[in-house]
Amino acid sequence: MPLKRLRQNISAAFYRHGLLCASYPVPIILFTSASILTCCYPLLKLPLPGTGPVEFTTGVRDYSIPSHESPGDLSERPDWYQGPPVAYIQQVLVKAAVSPWDNSLVPVDVFRSPLGRVFSVLEEIRNHVYTDRSLEALCLQVTDLLPGLRRMQAVLPEHGCLLVSPGNYWQNRRDLFDADPDLLKTVHQHEPKGLHTSATLKDLLFGVPGKQTGVSLYNKKRVVTYTITIALSSYDARFVASLRARLKQLHPSANCTLREDHMVHVHFKEEIGIAELIPLVTTYIILFAYIYFSTRKIDMVKSKWGLALAAVVTVLSSLLMSVGLCTLFGLTPTLNGGEIFPYLVVVIGLENVLVLTKSVVSTPVDLEVKLRIAQGLSNESWSIMKNMATELCIILIGYFTFVPAIQEFCLFAVVGLVSDFFLQMFFFTTVLSIDIRRMELADLNRRLPAEAGMPPPKPGPLRPRETPPPPRPSPHTITLQAPAFRNLRLPKRLRVVYFLARTRLAQRIIMVGTVIWIGILVYTDPAGLRTLLAAQVSEQSPLGEAGLPPHLGVAPVFPGRDPTSTLSVLPAPEPTPLPENQSQGHRAARPEVVPVSSPQITWGPEDEELWRRLSFRHWPALFSYYNITLAKRYISILPVIPVTLHLSPQEAIDTRHPQDTHHAPPPSIKTSDLQADLTLYKVAALGLFAGVVLVLLLFCLYRVLCPRNYGQNGVPHGRRRRGDLPCDEYGYSPPISEISPLLLRGHSMDIECLASDGMLLASCCLARQIRVWDAQTGDCLTVIPNNGLRRSSSSGCWEHRDGWDHIGACEAENIFPIRRRTTPARPALFGDQPDLTPLIDTNFGSLPPSQTLSSSGFDFGGLVEKAYQEHETSPTLAFPPSPPASQQRRRSLGDQPVLPPELPPQNNGDWDSSVWAMELRGNLIATGRSSGKLELWDAVEGSLRCSNEDGVSGITALAFLNNRIVAARLNGSLDFFTVEITKPLGLLQYRGPPGRGSLPPSPCYSSEDVISCQLTRSVQCAHQKQITVLKAAAGRVVTGSQDHTVRVYRLEDSCCLFTLQGHSGGITAIYIDQTMVLASGGQDGTICVWDVLTGSRVSHVYGHRGDVTSLVCTTSCIISSGLDDLICIWDRSTGIKLYSIQQEVGCGASLGVISESLLVTGGQGCVSFWDLNYGDLLQTVYLGQSSEGQSVRQLLVLDNAAIVCDFGNELSLVYVPSVLEKLD
Amino acid sequence: MPRLEEHCWSCSCSPSVKTQELSSASWIVCKTGEMMSIITSVLRHAYGSMHSLQSANLMRRGLVLFIVGVVLALVLNLLQIQRNVTLFPEEVLDTLFSSAWWIPLCCGTAAAVVGLLYPCLDHHLGEPHKFKREWASVMRCIAVFVGINHASAKLDFANNVQLSLTLAALSLGLWWTFDRSRSGFGLGLTTAFLATLIAQLLVYNGIYQYTSPDFLYVRSWLPCIFFSGGVTVGNIGRQLAMKCVEK
Repeated sequence: MPLKRLRQNISAAFYRHGLLCASYPVPIILFTSASILTCCYPLLKLPLPGTGPVEFTTGVRDYSIPSHESPGDLSERPDWYQGPPVAYIQQVLVKAAVSPWDNSLVPVDVFRSPLGRVFSVLEEIRNHVYTDRSLEALCLQVTDLLPGLRRMQAVLPEHGCLLVSPGNYWQNRRDLFDADPDLLKTVHQHEPKGLHTSATLKDLLFGVPGKQTGVSLYNKKRVVTYTITIALSSYDARFVASLRARLKQLHPSANCTLREDHMVHVHFKEEIGIAELIPLVTTYIILFAYIYFSTRKIDMVKSKWGLALAAVVTVLSSLLMSVGLCTLFGLTPTLNGGEIFPYLVVVIGLENVLVLTKSVVSTPVDLEVKLRIAQGLSNESWSIMKNMATELCIILIGYFTFVPAIQEFCLFAVVGLVSDFFLQMFFFTTVLSIDIRRMELADLNRRLPAEAGMPPPKPGPLRPRETPPPPRPSPHTITLQAPAFRNLRLPKRLRVVYFLARTRLAQRIIMVGTVIWIGILVYTDPAGLRTLLAAQVSEQSPLGEAGLPPHLGVAPVFPGRDPTSTLSVLPAPEPTPLPENQSQGHRAARPEVVPVSSPQITWGPEDEELWRRLSFRHWPALFSYYNITLAKRYISILPVIPVTLHLSPQEAIDTRHPQDTHHAPPPSIKTSDLQADLTLYKVAALGLFAGVVLVLLLFCLYRVLCPRNYGQNGVPHGRRRRGDLPCDEYGYSPPISEISPLLLRGHSMDIECLASDGMLLASCCLARQIRVWDAQTGDCLTVIPNNGLRRSSSSGCWEHRDGWDHIGACEAENIFPIRRRTTPARPALFGDQPDLTPLIDTNFGSLPPSQTLSSSGFDFGGLVEKAYQEHETSPTLAFPPSPPASQQRRRSLGDQPVLPPELPPQNNGDWDSSVWAMELRGNLIATGRSSGKLELWDAVEGSLRCSNEDGVSGITALAFLNNRIVAARLNGSLDFFTVEITKPLGLLQYRGPPGRGSLPPSPCYSSEDVISCQLTRSVQCAHQKQITVLKAAAGRVVTGSQDHTVRVYRLEDSCCLFTLQGHSGGITAIYIDQTMVLASGGQDGTICVWDVLTGSRVSHVYGHRGDVTSLVCTTSCIISSGLDDLICIWDRSTGIKLYSIQQEVGCGASLGVISESLLVTGGQGCVSFWDLNYGDLLQTVYLGQSSEGQSVRQLLVLDNAAIVCDFGNELSLVYVPSVLEKLD
Repeated sequence: MPRLEEHCWSCSCSPSVKTQELSSASWIVCKTGEMMSIITSVLRHAYGSMHSLQSANLMRRGLVLFIVGVVLALVLNLLQIQRNVTLFPEEVLDTLFSSAWWIPLCCGTAAAVVGLLYPCLDHHLGEPHKFKREWASVMRCIAVFVGINHASAKLDFANNVQLSLTLAALSLGLWWTFDRSRSGFGLGLTTAFLATLIAQLLVYNGIYQYTSPDFLYVRSWLPCIFFSGGVTVGNIGRQLAMKCVEK
């Protein structure tokens, strides 16, 4: 009981909260953002993650090994600066040159003798002893190289001091060096091939970047630079100072002003290895899959992406908030954030967010947004609270494991959960309310013009073309969903191609491959990118340090600091020439003798920290060879000892190897620089070439595999241009090359109504002229013009009573209307004067008239009589939307006032009211007029047989079934008429194809029959509002109305069987067929399928954004088109959407099904045929020359596999025989 | 079911110390993993597009599960190798992939068998699994499973009992969160028991060893890992089976 009360309380609280959020969205979002930012503020103090080394500089003089205990007393001291370093690095930077340069010297001399001097310097260093301390005692002793580096055993030291120099190439033996015929080859033989240049052996041994060594045949400066790198395990200031003094004394550097006062400590972070990266990447992949699958469930909202983003933002910012809050209260995260992050996300989860969305979306749509949000929240309040409590409990249990890591994780998770709850309640709910409000607004915006654009006088076929549908970026995007393939019978090859096309596998693989490739490049080639950056940084750094005043005065102090050194009597800055240095004499002569080519050894500030230009992996790589890791440790780099060597040309010549002279400059093109460059270029060229080849290959593959476009996906073409051979994506081309439409011309204005019973075709245009055509041949049989004028002398041929002549005359004038069609002055040719052109048909002459007529079995007598009567029939000047304009035009164009409209009494058709509905059965045309009059015309003779004026409200829709006519009126009433035929001859012929099951055979009335039409029943208030749709089939009449309901009547006794409610908008489309399948679509975009026998709703789907404009069913699916230019194909039994076809903007909404698998749609000046199984465009048939501008609004499918559609003022008859052959 | 007995889900039975070739080999793993995930998604799509026989369905499901097992085995292996939980004799198993080829294969096979057994068992018991049947939940389950492995490899616990108890609780939590069916629990227990037995036998015969065995020859948390692995694979298998039934 208390539980229930608690539940109610929670629900009520959530309800109020939902109201609050939906009422004040903007302030709440601002508040939430502010609180997120506040909570994340402490995060700024946390160090940014990265693997780059960190430096810290101390002075050399008062250096002492940092202790472990005192981390906090010096504020500027970094945390890692504790304890002794891994090693002290002492570099001896040697710059050597042969000077003066002699033209007799060969390029090899530039580096052979300078390199040769490394051995003597090495000897000096190794043998240096200062007060019983030697290098052996101080240096870092290394053991074996790692087993994988056996090939480096020859060059890297083992079992001894870690002391590397270029001499290591020759095992530090002078004799090997002297015997080496090709130094460059020796140096380069250890270089890795390709682009792997992170820390090469050459860099390690020379200690300077490869380009600065000067070991090259094309060394312009002729100065060779290298270092001797010594790793010391313990720091003895005196020993180092004495070594420095000794070397300086031996090899003084004249203009050297290198600062020697501070050492740099470099701390290396832990590098993430591949082995650690893979699980990490996997967890992230799983995380993204989780997020993907979760957010995919968000449905029925305005912007899926927006909500998915909001959900992710909610979770992420709750995590950030939790970390921020934890750091604020003194808990420093010790766990690796990147590692636990995915688990935190998974623990916190997106479930609540999704549950909220679903709950809110499933509330009734017609409620106010506030109430929807509130209701949705309160519906799910209990489960949300329960889940949250459970999770908190679990995490609390986890907290009591007393494992520090788990405790920390749990702490983060708890804070994260709470902040996530907070964000859900405030942030996400508000975003959701905004989204839902936007959706409602969008719907409202779309619907309003549709309703407004429907003027009361024209309620006829609901055709809200007035609203421009939202523009779609790409026409013909077909989204195939999985169930669409249930009834596919495809060869395997095609399935593979479809599959590739659908998933865009090729593109995705290429994309992934590219990403991986770039990743590999970046990963394995840090020298390219990172050293460049490092070099730029290091060029700037000396400048920055030069500005620091305290360092400047230290240099002279240094020798004084080392008073016990016996060698320090000669300080570095101004050394006196020592006698034992033979080469020194050349120093003075250097600039004068050969001024142009003499090498200059200069010492600049850039030499102070030459190691900065090395790869930042230089030191870790060196130490890792001996299985010493620098991760999370640091090394101290001592100030460099400069050594300048000047060698005489004679010395250079003496040290020559005999083969050196063979290296004449021209043959030895391959210098190291050039070599490196060349490899780079080679690799680049190769890569480029491979790329081009790959692209070509893929292109060829694409052409071979997918010779056509992928089901119109992604190819932004519109319809197929005229002349293109139609073929679908898998290479099937219909056997006919082009379906040519048969144009039925004759109407002077746009065609308004279209009716057919399979054999005959009746059309009515805005000028109220009704024409009857033969549906097989396209002949115009009858014209019921828009006034009662008997055609008189204006054209002689109409006077003939002979049918043959009549036809012949038409033949004679065959060409006339075509020519006139192009003239713009066409409207002037008709008015009250009878229009002669309508009778003329373009294709008429091609057929022998006798055959045509006899084959169709027409009554010639009727034809003959029609010639009399066709001008007497009542014309209709129909132009409902703008009657004044049309009237005016008629008056102004009425150039023959001498011929006033005669009204023959027997044909008192109502030509002042427009035809709103027309039906054709047998040879009777039923027309419903705006005046409420129902007329029955003889289709063959063109005479008015009967009319009924019982109703006064305009007839908006007609249904003609058997001998009953149902008329729906504008005021919502429904009238049932019975057509009775009194046969004087007692003959009743039946026409119509015998095998047709869909329609009952229509009785054929002969002209002698007396036809009467009686109102049998009038249902006054069938609907509250106007009836928009009326369909009849299988003895049922179904009406749909603006009042959101569908009613089913029985035809025999006009009794209302069911009133079907379920739409939340006016009914716009209804489909019913002989099998009693009833489907209805409304302005709310929903489609309902009903069981006509029980009146129950079978399925209810939300199909379109905007009105459903047309509905057709086949035995397996329902096809609907909407104002959103989408054609959706639904499974009829389950109501699952199979796929949808995005059409062009503004194409008509007309649909027709020719066979089970062939769909035809009308478009802008064309009709398109679609394969229903795949959703492929089979063919587009253009109806006229001017393909743009006029869209097909009505489309009728005849039984002989022909379709009729209106096209402006023409009718178009399109036969699709071959497609039928293929499909049946 | 000899194949089932090869069950060594979590690569705890895993190879080789870290060598220098590891990085190059790992690239291969990485790529293979990606390729396999692509293939997985491809196959999942294929489910939608193809409508065919039961046996073909079974084959495909088995293949997907096998691939999932192989990928997870490789990935989780690396987790264990990092902490040197398992040791393989160096001379026998030189590198990760030339030597321990049987690990992913066994894991894949076991995954396929278990993943197919779960829906089959559901079917025979007549209680189809309806609890949280969606891919998001399955992904969550996999993530938690990887997390458990992560915890077993990386967290520093005071003692082994604590570690084992924690992992046992986590495994039970996994089952409660994502499964909640008796058949799932039973099958998971069976899997854990058999797999631990196999692992014991393998270690006893000297195929490989653990660094600090505390439960006969293996680590005591091994059954928990096997249990949660079984539940996870069962979850995937059920989801795949449901997809097929829906078609």
